[in-house]
Amino acid sequence: MAENTNVNAVKKIATREAYGAALAEFGGDERIVVLDADLSKSTKTDTFKKKYPERFFNIGIAEGNMMAIAAGFATCGKIVFASSFAIFAAERACEQIRNSICYPRLNVKIGATHAGISVGEDGASHQAVEDMGIMRSMPNMTIICPADAVETRHAVKAAIEYDGPVYLRLGRLGLPVIFDESNYKFEFGKGITLSEGSDVTIIATGLMVHEAIKARELLEKEGISARVIDIHTVKPIDKEIIIKAAEETGAIVTAEEHNMYGGLGSAVAEVLVENCPVPMKIVAIMDKFGKSGKPAPLMQEYGLTAENIVIKAKEAIEMKGKKRL
Amino acid sequence: MDKQELKRFKKYATRIRKHIIDEVYHAASGHPGGSLSCTDILTVLYFHEMRIDPNNPQWPDRDRFVLSKGHCAPALYATLAERGFFPVEELPKFRSIESFLQGHPSMKDVPGVDMSTGSLGQGISAAVGMAMAGKLDKKDYRVYVILGDGELQEGQVWEAMMAAAHYKLDNLTVFLDHNGLQIDGKITEVMSPEPVVIKFLAFGWNVIVINAHDYEQIIDAIAKAKSTKDKPTIIVAESIKGKGVSFMENQVGWHGTPPNKEQRDQAIAELDAYLAELEVE
Repeated sequence: MAENTNVNAVKKIATREAYGAALAEFGGDERIVVLDADLSKSTKTDTFKKKYPERFFNIGIAEGNMMAIAAGFATCGKIVFASSFAIFAAERACEQIRNSICYPRLNVKIGATHAGISVGEDGASHQAVEDMGIMRSMPNMTIICPADAVETRHAVKAAIEYDGPVYLRLGRLGLPVIFDESNYKFEFGKGITLSEGSDVTIIATGLMVHEAIKARELLEKEGISARVIDIHTVKPIDKEIIIKAAEETGAIVTAEEHNMYGGLGSAVAEVLVENCPVPMKIVAIMDKFGKSGKPAPLMQEYGLTAENIVIKAKEAIEMKGKKRL
Repeated sequence: MDKQELKRFKKYATRIRKHIIDEVYHAASGHPGGSLSCTDILTVLYFHEMRIDPNNPQWPDRDRFVLSKGHCAPALYATLAERGFFPVEELPKFRSIESFLQGHPSMKDVPGVDMSTGSLGQGISAAVGMAMAGKLDKKDYRVYVILGDGELQEGQVWEAMMAAAHYKLDNLTVFLDHNGLQIDGKITEVMSPEPVVIKFLAFGWNVIVINAHDYEQIIDAIAKAKSTKDKPTIIVAESIKGKGVSFMENQVGWHGTPPNKEQRDQAIAELDAYLAELEVE
């Protein structure tokens, strides 16, 4: 394991919880306003609400309205966090985000919780698997998908400091804390090398960073040296770290809790084909909707596991020097 | 109303109407009908009512204006230019690649535009956000909106109205440009939002009905809105689409059609004749 991670920590914290806590922690800034659409107990914006009730506004079940209201607040100098589940934030309110927030490049942060299939029991209607693809294709939008509570705290801080739209992709599922607050450093738009390696690079985002770390250990047992990179900022993506990894390890596997189209895999592929084409495999949801179930078996069924990353890593290594597999 | 003041409004409104005709004529596209129907409201807002400074468009304490029916940008641009936010010489370049005057209002491109609009239903929500920010900051600026009557078919308008009443936004005043026409025909035939007054009352708003082309009524309605506490106000402004150009009045075809040379000349001649009349008065 790399020096700055601690995979053995037992306490689990969902990134949505860390989001709420960070809003409360950094909420002393009078410019910060938090909006929610009747989900504050689930998105955890109620943590902010309890501390700063005068700057919390419930907009009711009207996500499109919430996004345009957020835009209006932002025109008056406010730093606005607008929260809902990813499916309703990025997808229900898609065009409001596009026309009222991204086009005028207003200072609105979208706190999108319950992203991906790890939502679990609520099923496909509530599991956003397309949100990064949609948000990534909008000019002026940026995307941060943190891997744990520590990274989320820093992501919220970075979002406050950044002047412009940010889509924060957050999860419902409790996750081990892998970063150490005392030496964690967040740089907007920069990936983090969690461990060096020479045979293949696993590039992951969000909760798949945890699986990537496990996959590295599994590969190590088989004598394969895998580099692990955490891409918390999916847009703008860290081209340099990706190109360097391609040059030095010659094979790439991406891992994300998102559909195979439009997300991290697409973003990395775009960088590779234009700069340094090497064999690449995508671990993602294979263009399917999710379904109800406990998060762990769902992740198994959809192939979002360390074991699947290992398989794909070996395939990518196998492809080196070949025109096709 | 003072006769000189009335004449001043008429002059500005007529000049704005001439600009509107020329903007859409030169662009060979754009929306003359709805621009002409909301011209008199814009005239009162920008030449009488609003606390604004053309030399400081981002003044934090200014009154805000949101053109929720963003396709009527020709009217807003003409008003802003006449008010001194940018030179009137820019107006004929409307919608061209060398101009900052985008087809629909863009706040990052056009001085004086407080919110980018064009996608119907969103402007009024943004105005709600501005009014909420004003309340939060205990500022006394006011927020004005012009909403289209066809726009009422967007569900988001009603979400915004619900929120404005819920948060008691008495610093928000919305004008409904009630000209009765939309692209595909009469609003009552396409998808009727009527009866609007009862609906607005049921949504908890202060409702005032006026003639959209009577300056005194517009001024009185704004005064009533300003003195109303704990409720947002909607001024149902009964308007004539294409107002001021004889052959465009109440014609659905002039929603989004530019005039040809002959039509442009006729429209300008009519408006010039009216301006000359005003001089003689």
